[in-house]
Amino acid sequence: MSEGIGARVARKEDKRFITGKGKYTDDIRMENQAYAAFVRSPHAHAKVAGIDASAAEAMDGVIAVLNGHELTGDGIGNIICGWAITSKDGSPMNMGAWSALATEKVRYVGDAVAVVIAESQALARLAAEAVEVDYKELPAVAFADKALESGAPEIHDNAPGNLIYDWEIGEAAATDAAIAGAAHVTELEVTNNRLSPNPMEPRSAVATFDASEDHYTLYTTSQNPHVARLVLSAFYNVAPEHKLRVIAPDVGGGFGSKIYIYPEEITCLWASMKTGRSVKWTSDRSEAFMTDAHGRDHITTAKMGFDADGKIVGFKVDTVANFGAYMSLFSSAVPTYLYATLLSGQYNISNVHCNVRAVYTNTVPVDAYRGAGRPEACYLIERMMETAARELGMDPGDLRRKNFIQSFPHETPVIMTYDAGDFDGNLDKALAAAKIADFPARKAEAAARGKLRGIGYSCYIEACGIAPSAAVGSLGAGVGLWESAEVRVNPVGTIEILTGSHSHGQGHETTFAQVVAERFGVPIDNVSIVHGDTDKVQFGMGTYGSRSGAVGLSAIVKAMDKVEAKVKKIAAHTLEASEDDIVIEGGEVKVAGTDKAMAWHEVGLAAYTGHNLPDGLEPGLKEGAFYDPVNFTFPAGAYIAEVEVDPDTGVTEVVQFTAADDFGTIINPMIVEGQVHGGVAQGIGQAMLEQVVYDEDGQLITGSYMDYTMPRAADVPFYTIEHNTTVCPNNPLGIKGCGEAGAIGAPPAVINAITDAIGTNDLQMPATPQAVWSALQTVKTPMAAE
Amino acid sequence: MSNVTMTVNGKSVTRDVPDTTLLSDFLREDLRLTGTHVGCDTSQCGACVVHVDGRAIKACTALAVSLDGSDVTTIEGIADGAQLHPMQAAFNAHHGLQCGFCTPGMIMAGIDMVNRYQAEGTPLTEEAIRHELEGNICRCTGYHNIVKAIEDAAGAMSGMAKAAE
Repeated sequence: MSEGIGARVARKEDKRFITGKGKYTDDIRMENQAYAAFVRSPHAHAKVAGIDASAAEAMDGVIAVLNGHELTGDGIGNIICGWAITSKDGSPMNMGAWSALATEKVRYVGDAVAVVIAESQALARLAAEAVEVDYKELPAVAFADKALESGAPEIHDNAPGNLIYDWEIGEAAATDAAIAGAAHVTELEVTNNRLSPNPMEPRSAVATFDASEDHYTLYTTSQNPHVARLVLSAFYNVAPEHKLRVIAPDVGGGFGSKIYIYPEEITCLWASMKTGRSVKWTSDRSEAFMTDAHGRDHITTAKMGFDADGKIVGFKVDTVANFGAYMSLFSSAVPTYLYATLLSGQYNISNVHCNVRAVYTNTVPVDAYRGAGRPEACYLIERMMETAARELGMDPGDLRRKNFIQSFPHETPVIMTYDAGDFDGNLDKALAAAKIADFPARKAEAAARGKLRGIGYSCYIEACGIAPSAAVGSLGAGVGLWESAEVRVNPVGTIEILTGSHSHGQGHETTFAQVVAERFGVPIDNVSIVHGDTDKVQFGMGTYGSRSGAVGLSAIVKAMDKVEAKVKKIAAHTLEASEDDIVIEGGEVKVAGTDKAMAWHEVGLAAYTGHNLPDGLEPGLKEGAFYDPVNFTFPAGAYIAEVEVDPDTGVTEVVQFTAADDFGTIINPMIVEGQVHGGVAQGIGQAMLEQVVYDEDGQLITGSYMDYTMPRAADVPFYTIEHNTTVCPNNPLGIKGCGEAGAIGAPPAVINAITDAIGTNDLQMPATPQAVWSALQTVKTPMAAE
Repeated sequence: MSNVTMTVNGKSVTRDVPDTTLLSDFLREDLRLTGTHVGCDTSQCGACVVHVDGRAIKACTALAVSLDGSDVTTIEGIADGAQLHPMQAAFNAHHGLQCGFCTPGMIMAGIDMVNRYQAEGTPLTEEAIRHELEGNICRCTGYHNIVKAIEDAAGAMSGMAKAAE
């Protein structure tokens, strides 16, 4: 096997990570570096009556204590949400002001009111504790349903009743009528639990202002350094774009939480200008729980109507989404265009209607976390299908198959057009790999050991590769969602790819090189991938939403098309042949059907010497491209979880997990499988372990790994991974994307399996031992005892 | 301030450090060995695991002054020149890392568990590996390939140990 597309190549970037030589933001130390520590509110909701920093300022080694009045006084702008959603009554969303350092009021535990700059991190933290803030406490509300109740404390003046928007999609009357006429209606209430993304590398920033050039440099933990620079320039007024360099070096995971520009990066840049020092801030884990954007947190009621034959006739959904105290960068899009647009699932449904109310609470802002809206949609639909199958007495696979979309393209009632898929094929592969025929024997064997064994399915679909810029623009996005690439062939034939995508674990340095190797026949070691630095790379949109393969690689292919055209011109001229007869094969540029050829590097050399080029052709061999997708891509698959429950304790183990995914073309199966493994583990985490807990007053209870349960090695099994590929027809490589599937598809499979095992459907995530045990107490005759 | 002398990755180092300095800070800030990472501050995540006198410990939980005279090995010190340690090679071969942040701790914990089980003559099963990784959190890999890498490296390290006998 070559190193090209489809090869299971070990990662090129691993060497620096396995030898301890990775360079993460906190590993960077600037000359003249000082340290920032933030003074954070211990209250969920309070007026800031005054700040006395005198004790902190008097401490040896404290350089400055800066507050929000100074920050806004210097013209630093408010943090914004970049996607405008319009309520169903036509009114714009109610976005409350968010200053990087709060001035009049704090709105969640962790909201920053001041920053201390000091000679050491320890000293900065000590001094931050010495800053006395006079808080006048206000009543607080942490839960979205409570925030909507009349008389609830109001968090922003311009959001009456804490309502940010009241939005809908689909035909309400037609859906109501279809459900009213249904032979069977399944009703379900689900909560999608609040999660903390928890990349293992905490967020960090190192900001340096160079007064002699009026220029800023920011090293930071970002998934999208150009977007960071754009927002810092255009909205937060830190510096114009040409006076601000943003570098995202090695980044230790993101999962969405490192898309956004947070108060800390803005403040460090500004504080560097104020103090004339480089300013570094690195979050500790408790700060991460208090400030990194959370994910999910939906409360949903839904009804699905079926005809007498088991066909879905209508799906009606009402969701309340908790946004936290402020609107984060893409928060508004998550429970709307990334959620409700996927509510048709893999099914042919004529009528879907969804209403979403977005709500302020006194909690950490909520935004996209791995899957972003699609896990919430998938969880609802797939819990609904399993529940309906149980109520109808049908096999859960058969009920799904009866409703699967069979022909493509397929337009759903919630504005998506699915381009390709094979939903029966996915389920066939999953069932075969899960050895479904042997399940009764496994269940009986478990029962003999006193365990309740259950099985659950999930047939997910998601939308990735976000997305045609004109389409997202028409839906309110403040940016376009194309991607950029530049392909530089050096005089010696080695190749540098400058990509707007950003790798923070995805393995782009290997997979992108594989695509180039496939195209030009050069070894992957002769290809380097450059990313993550706004001074090196042309503007790019970054990595999130499983878009680097579908969009980022498409831009690279487009640039390679241009390089290939020029290579053929040069070779045709040198070899005295027609351009149409030139082929690139095995590291050579040949005249097809002859022995006339140039080595790849000879073409590079010819391009750069310019001694003998066709008339009018410029020297050099470097081409750029911007690729704007023509549609979303639609990865889909079938997941099957098997669990065993100890009925005495509620302790539940995922004993088998099978994934059959359709990701379109796969560049490196080893890396793709790794993405599924990690996504499924996060999905199992959501289903069984993870939950950000606030008390009613908005105090964060889960503020460390002592309290927030991360999936550990013993919590998950080896996973069985199958692929059932239909090629995406809408991008040059046929890629759909694989980064989020696991986190989207796994939670309903796990909860369907647990509810199957315990014989009651009344169970919410996370299915902790206590929750499972409590649910079991409501069941008189557990299945294993039958 | 106290004067601390340690052997770190085979070299003797001496520094004056505040008594509150954690080993993780001593390695990262004083010695600039930034391969040892800090991911949680509560001794839960294991990104900071190093070896002290041949045993794995969490560097975020030990004071540098308490380790005066100790022999410390970090992720930077386990390869033999350009020759990767079998655990490092196995993590690469099995795709046992994605973002790489937890990886130094995983590799150091992996080496330690293989050494202990081999010293005791106890087989390092999949179940044992998962149990032993209780103090190391990875958010990227779902652990599948980490467990595979440690299983594989255990075999290679056993071969090394036999060859050395």
